[in-house]
Amino acid sequence: MTQTSKVVATAADAVAGIRDGMTVHVGGWGGIGVPDQLILALARLRPRNLTITTNNCGMGVPGDAGELFGAGCVARVLTTFPVHAGAAAFRARLDAGQVALEVIPQGTLAERLRSAGAGLGGFYTPTGVGTEVARGKATRQMGGRTYLLEDPLHGDFALIKASQADPYGNLRFRYASRGFNPVMAMAAATAVVQVQELVPAGAIAPDDVHLSGVFVDRIYVEEGGA
Amino acid sequence: MNALPGWTKLEQARQVAALLEPKSVVNVGVGMPVMVPAAVDPAQQIMFHCENGLIGYQALAATDRPDPDIIDARCEPVRLVVGSSVVGHDVSFAIARGGRLDATVLGAYQVAANGDLANWSAGKGSLAGIGGAMDLAVGARRVIVMMRHTSRDGGPKIVRRCDLPLTAMACVNTVVTELAVIDVTPRGLLARTLAPGVGRDYLQERTGAPVLFSEPLPNLLPTPYPIPSPKVAERP
Repeated sequence: MTQTSKVVATAADAVAGIRDGMTVHVGGWGGIGVPDQLILALARLRPRNLTITTNNCGMGVPGDAGELFGAGCVARVLTTFPVHAGAAAFRARLDAGQVALEVIPQGTLAERLRSAGAGLGGFYTPTGVGTEVARGKATRQMGGRTYLLEDPLHGDFALIKASQADPYGNLRFRYASRGFNPVMAMAAATAVVQVQELVPAGAIAPDDVHLSGVFVDRIYVEEGGA
Repeated sequence: MNALPGWTKLEQARQVAALLEPKSVVNVGVGMPVMVPAAVDPAQQIMFHCENGLIGYQALAATDRPDPDIIDARCEPVRLVVGSSVVGHDVSFAIARGGRLDATVLGAYQVAANGDLANWSAGKGSLAGIGGAMDLAVGARRVIVMMRHTSRDGGPKIVRRCDLPLTAMACVNTVVTELAVIDVTPRGLLARTLAPGVGRDYLQERTGAPVLFSEPLPNLLPTPYPIPSPKVAERP
């Protein structure tokens, strides 16, 4: 298999293989770094009963995670901030009892993804001690402080967004659009990236790579991209 | 125009700004705290941190062209300053939990006299988001709450015990409201600055837990009053 085989022709090809009941990490934070064309392709593919991981549940931006609720793909969502006027489709499904919601502290979500990608069996965090988040979780005392045990969060797929990829899948992100995208790719069996620009091999200097291509399986150059 | 005693929001933001150390790394949450970067003297060289991984941003200047990928916690465009850096979410929260944040300024629904913070959920039945609040509250070396002194119905937001879901236990160091700057100390709440026109009884009547007053109480000085930062006890 040559490295260039990571590049897929269409958004439908990019999300092919995502099936009912899978767990999908969906990149983006506050409306930026969102793999909008991949999300729209997944909404068209319309698998059911997905568990999705997403910081927001819709910001009213076309192609954001809200599309997956609108299409009825989601049975369970792990998120940090579901409150937004643009999360109407999510809210409707939640109120109808069709979606299970788990709200997770943002740093805990990032670390659960990172620990899955890093091959760890979880980690202890001081975040959430003495709150609703601690319910049912094992604790440990270290140095007079209490920590909660949090589990790794593996995904079958990750849909992420980057500004540049080379054919090896080495990625660069732009400013705050990096966000959850690298750790989501690390935590998924198959990581799919939507990029604005595909550059020739060698065009990104090794020291300038933000996420190594070893974590990236499929590259989709967005419509309107280069 | 302002019949009630107390600081304006900008004056309140300046009181918060006066608590921040020069060259410190500070996270400001959504709500009132977003006013803080604009209230800080750029000569202080404070590095504002955002959950999204930006370290070193400032309020957008009128002449700046907004960049959609350079935004703050309320998703509004900001500008990066000289010396800024960008990390992903994992490292951004390593900064928060790992002791690299000198301070965080958070909004709140309730603060208890022991420093318990409730700022993410309005209670049963309401849809609520945690965002970065829990990580920031346990991780920042100093937690400053910036909020209105009382709720919309006039009830106290500073209380003996929070009855709303907690964000973190015993984490708040200082509360800045439009009426006063109040430290959370082992002896209890200690008001160390009162806004012009705010008397001790006036403050106590609007506070749901006993308030002690530092002596002398500099409430007649012009604001922003340069307040020396207290030695903050290391939290467990």
